[in-house]
Amino acid sequence: MIDSTLKRALESKRFVVTAECGPPKSADRTVIEKKAQLLKDWVDAANVTDNQTAVTRMSSLAACAILKSLGLDPVFQITCRDRNRIALQSDILGAYALGIRNVLCLTGDHQSFGNHPQAKGVFDLDSVHLIETVRRMRDEGKFLSGDELTGERPAMFIGAVENPFAPPYEFRALRLKKKVEAGAQFIQTQIVYNIQRFREFMARVGDLGLLDKVYILAGVSPIKTPGAARYMRDNVPGLDVPNEIVERMEAAGKGIEDKKARAEAWRQEGITICVEIIQQLKEIEGVSGVHIMAIEWEEAVPEIVRRAGLR
Amino acid sequence: MIVADQKPIEEILQMLEPYKRVLLLGCQSCVAVCMAGGEKEVGLLASAVRLARTSQGRPIEITEGVVKRQCDDEFNDLWRETIEQQEAVLSLACGVGVNKLSERFDLPILPALNTKFFGEVERQGIWTEVCAGCGNCILHMTGGICPIARCAKNLLNGPCGGVRADGTCEVSRNGPRPCAWVLIYERLGKLNQRKNMEQLFAAKDWSSDRHGGPRRRIREDMLL
Repeated sequence: MIDSTLKRALESKRFVVTAECGPPKSADRTVIEKKAQLLKDWVDAANVTDNQTAVTRMSSLAACAILKSLGLDPVFQITCRDRNRIALQSDILGAYALGIRNVLCLTGDHQSFGNHPQAKGVFDLDSVHLIETVRRMRDEGKFLSGDELTGERPAMFIGAVENPFAPPYEFRALRLKKKVEAGAQFIQTQIVYNIQRFREFMARVGDLGLLDKVYILAGVSPIKTPGAARYMRDNVPGLDVPNEIVERMEAAGKGIEDKKARAEAWRQEGITICVEIIQQLKEIEGVSGVHIMAIEWEEAVPEIVRRAGLR
Repeated sequence: MIVADQKPIEEILQMLEPYKRVLLLGCQSCVAVCMAGGEKEVGLLASAVRLARTSQGRPIEITEGVVKRQCDDEFNDLWRETIEQQEAVLSLACGVGVNKLSERFDLPILPALNTKFFGEVERQGIWTEVCAGCGNCILHMTGGICPIARCAKNLLNGPCGGVRADGTCEVSRNGPRPCAWVLIYERLGKLNQRKNMEQLFAAKDWSSDRHGGPRRRIREDMLL
């Protein structure tokens, strides 16, 4: 029996909302507490990122435990970059003991992008191996090596990610299938800006017969400024930002002299675009909800959820 | 071959700082082929060191030499007498040569090179890492393209989300490189073996890699 609020929400067939909660670059728990207050009434579960973009932050496990104590259902993001199979399995056991019931298994951003590019990357397992490892611990009571757990098993709701916007595009649905076969029960995708490509991806996922085997939450993210839109379009591998979105962001601030007012106009447009994308995603077969990644802009989440009519 | 790079001359001069009589010993194997530590490089480095030390007013006596393979005592022993007359040896072999000389001779053996990887000649002047020597080869499953050496995260179940639209990897410290898994995907397509990529690839046993401790190969039938 998996005691996950997120799982129950997905099983209820209502359109689910999860949001990302980035931990601080400090030991300050009040940062998490404030974000928890912001998100609490608007999401079914909150993901805590694991040293995202390889920048050292408060551990996702610790931040998840704080969220749990405040009544949220945390999704523990765990990457293979910083832990070998011994540490990964140990953290899964620890997370369960702390009351965490959802785990999102990732390979992790490469260490060369973060604040310690000199670090030794681990990558003992890849994300598919990690999914299978958690499933085995839960269902068979065995560690990856075959050694037996000696008591309570970690009854985790297992998640994974997939990016429909990175080549080879035709393989992405098959990679998702591998993750489902390994044990993934829910998927949170890369941020969707190119709806057409996402539709094609979902159609392939459907053709592979996966829609009744896994819940898919489409990633969305509000854009703050035209500069951010251009940067994501030109410089972030694995993101597909159509020109039309960049142009809309640029147009939103045109003719507004006052800096504050212009920034606000951009933000409003960013949220509007995000809401429109959510409305289109709701119409795509097999999309069970959205995962809102408002990076260091968690304040935007309630407005997005409200305007998209999800609460 | 083993690919290496010569250390910056400043670092080499710093290592040589305490010494007045040294042997610069190259190797005629891999590092000669990749133009880092062969006869020609020994000559060039010796001239540079002599010049620098003379201009500092601290001349140095340098003997130049190369051995066939510095990883083998049999060849190094031909230089025994010369080596024993030195204050130090500056080796232009890979790290294996430096270790081998250090095991044999009771004087400092200094590395002139940074040993980098096992590589192929991509084209004239460019060497590329394609094998990581992990001790457990899976190339028959991946179309002859190694994800352990050529994927920055040594993934085994297909490409991560960090592939650029043009099929290159987002990790590009030495210039853009194709994503190993995009290459594998294309190659398996040509070989009609895409099924290999669709099945789950089990977690790797890294004990055959360096993680099992320093490695050794023993052939009983060859022992004397």
